[in-house]
Formats: sequence, C-alpha cells, structure tokens
Amino acid sequence: MAEFTLPKNSRVQQGKFWPMPKGDRLTEFRVYRWNPDDGENPRIDTYFVDREHCGPMILDGLIYIKNEIDPTLTFRRSCREGICGSCSMNINGANTLACTKGMDDVGDSVIRVYPLPHMAVVKDLVPDMSTFYQQHALIEPYLKTETAPPQKEWKQSPEDRDKLDGLYECILCACCSTACPSYWWNPEKYLGPAALLQSYRWMIDSRDEGLAERLDTLEDPFRLYRCHTIMNCANVCPKGLNPAAAIIEIKKLMQEREV
Amino acid sequence: MADARPNRPTARPLSPHLSIYRFTWTMAMSIVHRATGMALYAATPLLAVWLWAVAAGADTYDAFAGLAASWFGILVLIGLSWALIHHAIGGVRHIVWDTGTGVDRASRFLWAKATLAGSVVLTAVFWLFILAGGL
Repeated sequence: MAEFTLPKNSRVQQGKFWPMPKGDRLTEFRVYRWNPDDGENPRIDTYFVDREHCGPMILDGLIYIKNEIDPTLTFRRSCREGICGSCSMNINGANTLACTKGMDDVGDSVIRVYPLPHMAVVKDLVPDMSTFYQQHALIEPYLKTETAPPQKEWKQSPEDRDKLDGLYECILCACCSTACPSYWWNPEKYLGPAALLQSYRWMIDSRDEGLAERLDTLEDPFRLYRCHTIMNCANVCPKGLNPAAAIIEIKKLMQEREV
Repeated sequence: MADARPNRPTARPLSPHLSIYRFTWTMAMSIVHRATGMALYAATPLLAVWLWAVAAGADTYDAFAGLAASWFGILVLIGLSWALIHHAIGGVRHIVWDTGTGVDRASRFLWAKATLAGSVVLTAVFWLFILAGGL
C-alpha cells in the first residue's frame, strides 16, 4: 500500500558541514549519509568540491569528496562511462547515473545526492538491490527453446535482430524501477519497469520459444498490471530506453492471446 | 544471508522518495487524473440529491437551485465540470497510450501538457457559454 511518509528510523536530519577546500571554483554537494553502526537516523552532509582539481561529472565530485574530504562516504561505482550501471542514484530529484551526469547539467548550483528512492539503504548511497535482482531472475532473462539445438548457432535475420534495439541496451541500473510510484507502493508484488522491459526483450526475440510461459508468468494483478503509464521510467532512463512502451507492448501481447 | 553483526543497532532505513522526487508533467497528470477521478466519485451523490430535490417539490427544488446558484455552488460546479473534462481527456490520453502510440519523449510531454491546457480551455468555454445565457 502507498505510504507517503518515511518510517521513523528513516527521517532525514541535518548533518555535518565539512570544511571548504581552498579554491575559487567551489560546487556545493549535499549528500545523503547513513551509517549502519552508529544507531543514528540518516542525515544530509554538506561538502564543497574544488572544480579546479576535479572532473566534470557528479561521480568525479563524489570521488573527490571520498579522496580529499571524507573517506567514509560510501557509493558504488565501476566503469565511469555509463555501461556498468553501478553508480545509479537520485541527483537533484531525478534518478540517473552519477558518471554520465555533468555537475553543470543538473540545473541548480547545489547538487543534491540521494540513494535510489524507496529502497532499503545498506550504507550512504548504497541501496539493497536483492529484490530488484530477484525480479530480474523471475522473468528468466535467457533464451528458452523447445526445438533441438541447431548444429551451429541459433540464427536470426537482421530484421529480427533490429527488434531488440532499444531493449538489449538495458544495464540494470534500476533508475527506472526506483523512479516508479507503482514500484514504490508495491515493491515486492509489481515487477517494475526494468524487469518488464527485459521480459519483453526475450518475448520478441525471434529465436525464443517461451512466449506463452513468459506471458503466464506476468498474468497477475500486480506483476504487470500495476503499470499505470506514469512514464517516470522512460523520463529517467540514462540509456534513453522506454520501459513504458515495452510494458504497453506486453499488455498488447496479453490481449492478442485472449482474442 | 546470515547477519554478520547480530547486534545490529538499527534496521535499514527507507530512502526518501516522494519528498525528493522532481515532478514531471507525465507524473503530475497521472496524479491529477486519479485526483479528479476520486473527486467525481465523491461528488456523484450530489446528482442524487438534485434528483431528490426535484421529486420533493417546488420549495425543496428552489432551495437546492438557490444553493447551486450561490457563489459557492457555482465554484463547486466549475470545479466538478473541470474535473469531468480533465478526467475525460486523461482517459483519451490513456487509450491512445495503450495502443503504443504517443509514448516517445516529445509526444508524451505534449499529451500531458495538452491534457491540462485542453481541460482549462474547454471548462472556460463551457462556463462562458452558460454565463452568457446559452444554457
């Protein structure tokens, strides 16, 4: 059910002001912090990043803070080029990848960084992704076949391959699912846009023979049909994909099967 | 997974959501669509009261009509007519989206903005028509 306010242990408090570095070009970062070991509520710490000694992206700023100001700041990152999906977080009110979002592109002089919304926080900017990954496993993200495997590989025409464009690029960063109010209110029952986009990616793969089973898995009041076309998923996807459109196509496949 | 620290002091907090999320046109129109739907549902008994006033005789009906024609009554009626028009346009928007068209970035924002603009304009036209004595 929808709960619009945060539980008591999750309410955010005013945090520390960390010392300003020297420099003429400083950018203010307000970052969500939570330490599992101190028994305190989450807080917002304020840091200043010296832009003369820092790259242009939000992730560069966070790495600067960790290296130069506060080594306890915890966040996930790996590839720093928008392909691993690790550094997804909420930046100035919208989910995105910290590595592909420029500090000058958030439309505000103050940069506000929170973990992905409505997730259990492990520490600071690191959310617990277990449910999200289980949902991905549930849709069976692999080729399902019944006919005997061919001598060489499963073949696909270029036209059929083109159908996967706009779907296969998903990096499972969870920006879309954690931007979705339906997913916020039903995080365990509704599969969320990321898992559903992946499900559609396999449904329309010309080599896949598991369409009926895949649709059966989604035939449920919550798993698929909690999508109310709010479109937050498509608005935030850092890869420019459109999970809402994929979900609409799944609903159409469901209908075609019934008539 | 077993907990490595049996004396964990606090349960994991829930990260902020509604309070930090930046509104988008599609999100706002989805919320308004629901809100107008609920308002229309809640206001439906007014229709029954109106019919009851007709059945109860001229005096009761005059009292009801007087109340409806007061500034407060007009305000409520303007609000309800806007809610009905907005909800109807929102319904059309959702039918179009359900066919898989109009969901690209430019189209979905256009649809969302047009829903609001269309409902305000149509409500204004509707009431100008009434106040001009057209109904």
